[in-house]
Amino acid sequence: MQFGIFTVGDVTQDPTTGRTPSEHERIKSTVAIAEKAEEVGLDVVAFGEHHNPPFAAPANPPVLMANVAARTSTLSLSTATTLITTNDPVRLAEDYAYTQHLADGRLDLMLGRGNTGPVYPWFGRDIRDGIELAIENYALLHRLWREENVDWQGKHRTPLQGFTSTPRPLDGVPPFVWHGSIRSPEIAEQAAYYGDGFFANHIFWPASHTEQMVGLYRRRFEHYGHGRADQAIVGLGGQVYMARNSQDAVREFRPYFDKAPVYGYGPSLEEFTSQTPLTVGSPAQVVERTLSFREYVGDYQRQLFLIDHAGLPLDTVLHQLDLLGEVVAELRPAFEAVRPEHVPSDPPVHPRVAPAPAEEVLA
Amino acid sequence: MSRRLVVVSGGLSDPSSTRLLADRLGEAAADTLRSRGVEVDVRTVELRAVAHEITNAMLTGFAADELADAQAALAAADGVVAVTPVFSASYSGLFKSFFDVLDRDALSRTPVLLGATAGTGRHSLVLDHALRPLFGYLRASVVPTAVFAASDDWGNDADLGPRIERAGAELADAVLARPEKGDPVAFGDDLPDFETLLRG
Repeated sequence: MQFGIFTVGDVTQDPTTGRTPSEHERIKSTVAIAEKAEEVGLDVVAFGEHHNPPFAAPANPPVLMANVAARTSTLSLSTATTLITTNDPVRLAEDYAYTQHLADGRLDLMLGRGNTGPVYPWFGRDIRDGIELAIENYALLHRLWREENVDWQGKHRTPLQGFTSTPRPLDGVPPFVWHGSIRSPEIAEQAAYYGDGFFANHIFWPASHTEQMVGLYRRRFEHYGHGRADQAIVGLGGQVYMARNSQDAVREFRPYFDKAPVYGYGPSLEEFTSQTPLTVGSPAQVVERTLSFREYVGDYQRQLFLIDHAGLPLDTVLHQLDLLGEVVAELRPAFEAVRPEHVPSDPPVHPRVAPAPAEEVLA
Repeated sequence: MSRRLVVVSGGLSDPSSTRLLADRLGEAAADTLRSRGVEVDVRTVELRAVAHEITNAMLTGFAADELADAQAALAAADGVVAVTPVFSASYSGLFKSFFDVLDRDALSRTPVLLGATAGTGRHSLVLDHALRPLFGYLRASVVPTAVFAASDDWGNDADLGPRIERAGAELADAVLARPEKGDPVAFGDDLPDFETLLRG
């Protein structure tokens, strides 16, 4: 099983000090966080794509992925998410394939539609076409990584005659693709149709949304003949803040929680931790809560945590990673101990990528 | 035969004349349905009880606990009674917020009976100027009679009772004119096959 972190690169004022990092600082911190993730034994770091403040996230994640790939040796790079709606699928095919070469195969990506309305018109699109764009653009991207001399015609981009996307995927193996969505059943259906992975954001929302989306994806994965429902490739998000002592975790995180983007000024920390998968407490509590996710999504292959948002300073985030490293060392054998033999531990990885540490732990 | 009615009351006080009117309208509709041999399940949603959850839903994007339950009840309702107090020349902010965080298709084609209460009769056009456009946007099927009750009407207006009866009967007729909604389809079950989606 793969464990990692995902980040959206928000530039948020630290509510305890009033200090807001510069974009430069946030960007360099993101790289430092990724390097630290490898150091503490995580498998994956996934980066968001953004086109507006207050985010210092890449407009084209391969720029950042290439930099981190050069600074790491085992870490896999992914996205959270790559906008399949407003990006040209031809550029996605080319940029991610190039970065896959640079990273020696340590790359996959997660497609999403984006949640910032104006991004659509900024790129000449209409948000009402969101689902249609996700379906058409991915159908083209999927072909471009598998076929040369592609003839193609669709509704949303100029036609192609005899087009070959370059470079070709490393060793002819396209990057693995996850599809992410909170509530749109069409996206679970899309993931199932292609036999790709489905990633449930799982943070900021009740577990019931995740349960119904993953359930639909698994049923349809089997329907399309890719394997049994319980063999479908599922990834989950999660949000944690830890301290050795759970009361300290709550006390330290509350000022960030109370003013956080997305949910700040709304429900209390206590309400939100019971309504969503947010866990604020000791490492042992995080282990226990995380192990409970499989009760409603089944045995899954990738777990990513959000640990760097809401204005948490870099040194705090790096400390969270130290704790997360300990948590993951406990989670790996615990998840494998209950996983049925016919359910894969890992999502598909490029043949050049060494097997994840899970197998070593068990060996 | 059986039908589900949901009565939404935006009243804030206890006792509340808004709740009183809402209950009377709900009973009038239920009585008419029962007199025609229809089993009726009436559920009342007091917005005061979910006021915090409505605000939280605006801020987080999801409805928690009791609010989620109330929303599911509305989506499954065969008929709805919605009554608001008049605040500052319109429906109350809480009443509007409740419908702001409701799925915009939840009341599509659902028969709805509207009501409003206020201190004086000068606000009575709120029904037509504020409430009907809101439920028009939600594509609800609003019955012709809407009932307004000013404070005075609870004493002086002998016609209030008959108006309530007429409005309740109209809602009952509208409910019976449509097939029973029944339980919602399971998530994703009404989705077209992906090949169909691919063809655009």
